[in-house]
Amino acid sequence: MSRCRLTEVDNGKKCRVIDYESGRGMVNKLTSLGIRLGKEIFIVNGSFMGGPLTVLAGSTRIAIGRNMATKIIVEVDNQ
Amino acid sequence: MKKILLMGNPNVGKSVIFSKLTGTNVVSSNYAGTTVEFTKGRMKWKNEIVEIIDVPGTYTLNPTNKAEEVAVQMLSEGDLIVNVLDSTNLERNLNLTLQLVEKEIPMIIVLNFWDETKHKGINIDVDKLEKYFKVPVIPTAATKGIGMKEIINNFDYKDTVKHNFGDENERWTAIGKIIRDVQDIKHKKHTVLDVLEDITVKPITGIPIAIIVLAISFFVIRFIGEGLIGYVTEPFFEVIYKPLMLKLSVFFGGDGFLHNLIIGQLINGELDFEQSFGLLTTGVYIPLASVLPYIIAFYLLLGLLEDTGYLPRISVLVDNIMHKVGLHGFSIIPMMLGFGCNVPAALAIRNLESRREKFIASTLMATTIPCMSQTAMVIGLLGSYGNKFILYVFLVLLVVWIFVGSLMNKLIPGFSTDLLLEIPSFRFPSISTVFKKLRMRIVGFLAEALPMMLLGVFVINIFYVLGVFSALSTAIGPFLNKVFGVPFEAIDALIMGFLRKDLAMGVLIPLGLNAKQMLTMSVLLVIYFPCIATFVILLRELGIKDMLKSTLIMLTSTIVVGGYLNFAFVGESFSLVRLIPIVILFIILKYMPKIGNSKNLNYDQRNTECTK
Repeated sequence: MSRCRLTEVDNGKKCRVIDYESGRGMVNKLTSLGIRLGKEIFIVNGSFMGGPLTVLAGSTRIAIGRNMATKIIVEVDNQ
Repeated sequence: MKKILLMGNPNVGKSVIFSKLTGTNVVSSNYAGTTVEFTKGRMKWKNEIVEIIDVPGTYTLNPTNKAEEVAVQMLSEGDLIVNVLDSTNLERNLNLTLQLVEKEIPMIIVLNFWDETKHKGINIDVDKLEKYFKVPVIPTAATKGIGMKEIINNFDYKDTVKHNFGDENERWTAIGKIIRDVQDIKHKKHTVLDVLEDITVKPITGIPIAIIVLAISFFVIRFIGEGLIGYVTEPFFEVIYKPLMLKLSVFFGGDGFLHNLIIGQLINGELDFEQSFGLLTTGVYIPLASVLPYIIAFYLLLGLLEDTGYLPRISVLVDNIMHKVGLHGFSIIPMMLGFGCNVPAALAIRNLESRREKFIASTLMATTIPCMSQTAMVIGLLGSYGNKFILYVFLVLLVVWIFVGSLMNKLIPGFSTDLLLEIPSFRFPSISTVFKKLRMRIVGFLAEALPMMLLGVFVINIFYVLGVFSALSTAIGPFLNKVFGVPFEAIDALIMGFLRKDLAMGVLIPLGLNAKQMLTMSVLLVIYFPCIATFVILLRELGIKDMLKSTLIMLTSTIVVGGYLNFAFVGESFSLVRLIPIVILFIILKYMPKIGNSKNLNYDQRNTECTK
């Protein structure tokens, strides 16, 4: 298990949300889209040239701006 | 009257259910893409009329944007909530359901996209869900019309149940428990659709795909538009309508003020629908025969792109480009709507988060995005000179878009917010919904364009009689001639453009301009000012102060771009040497410091600035 930012997770890897580095506003938005604490998310595509990441949470694909994604702290299963 | 609210997350098929329930009796129309506007419809139910309201999609009852605020406000008005859920995405959708059921308003639960759960290996126990909430739960597949009857049968459902799920964490715990109880997911292999959904958002494959999709759309729009003009509208006006008008012309005596107002001036004893300028000739011909065919083609394509779920993917792909002009990916949607008509685009801008974003998006859209009427005008004006010139117009507009956008991003303090967007699954669009939306948009266009067009023709005739045009040509004409290199009379086209840009076509054609002058005029007409209808809406959305600033930017751009075109365009094409100044300007722009640079602000501080 290693702790890192969502932007640092490789394509095709799974990770679990464990913390946010920001206040209510952003957390509320993320939570309402299903990116909440403890949720397992799958990286479809990482940030490309500063663009947004695409992740799969449950069966929903969600695009997250790079800046916001750096504030989402996740843990990755190393195997 | 009984009020029934259709509520649920965005993209769960509420609008399709709405259109299936209300049939054709839609009383008020909406522009899709502007979820702030809600749609009301009526239907007959057991000898009474019930009102059905398609509430903007919301993820939560703690509103995070304007559309969600509207949704929450409407809650108190409903007699029955029809909570629509995406059954392929039960967990996230239940968050709203749990909040709604606590409100103790009679509610039924609709599990839409039921047909898709089988393909995705999802199994939901409807009975258990029903027992848990103690409200009716109805599985539906709205695009196929499955389950609509069951919804209608439950319209008189009146029971409410007391639920209390506690705070947010407790609510998610409760959801987790429900999901474990009622849902069972078997993992299925990747299907072709899954692969397609991924490659359309990955930049390396997605960007080429987007370029192909947009290029095909453009050609299809032109093909349908020109086809309709060539085989339907022009033959109708020439063969059936013209003889009628000629008879009417004889009736009015062939000349005189009334004749010229209604029929227009005869040119060599003949009617010319583009140049005669009568209420019943040019006033009807331009919106119906030259512009409407393109409007139909554009909105048909847009409706298909929207309903298949492709459009939000473009937002993801262009996100970093949009950040360069101070916006984020989602703002591409109002820009694309603007290619149809700037009015619904101006309404869609309301959904953007900060005042800064609204200002930048409105100004860019109004300045550089040619609506379908303007595009039809550009094609009409330059088509005879060659396709090359039409391409030039779009290239110039693109350069202006990038330049003005980046400049605003540098000069206006503040930052663009981050993109956070659900990317919907690809779905086969419901053809009846696509056509229904198309019809509503066409009605919307005609309601807006026809009166303005007739007013424009009326004003032209009055101005002509009063000699306003010749006075203005003498006053401002020399300036136009010096800066833009166009004849004095071109001012008339610019004046008419305030009302309807496409009307300017009839003013310009008789002037016999050369290619360069026509190109300059086409570009100027697009950028110098939005039409009155768009202006009024932007004024309401931005307020007087911001609208004045925006107008100032438009006028400055007009003079700079017009003057520069006159300078850089030599003969039939751009002079490469004379393009150097623009390259230098771009380099300066790139290294220009940003005003109010505050990159260290964290998201929430920026967010408080945004929400004021």
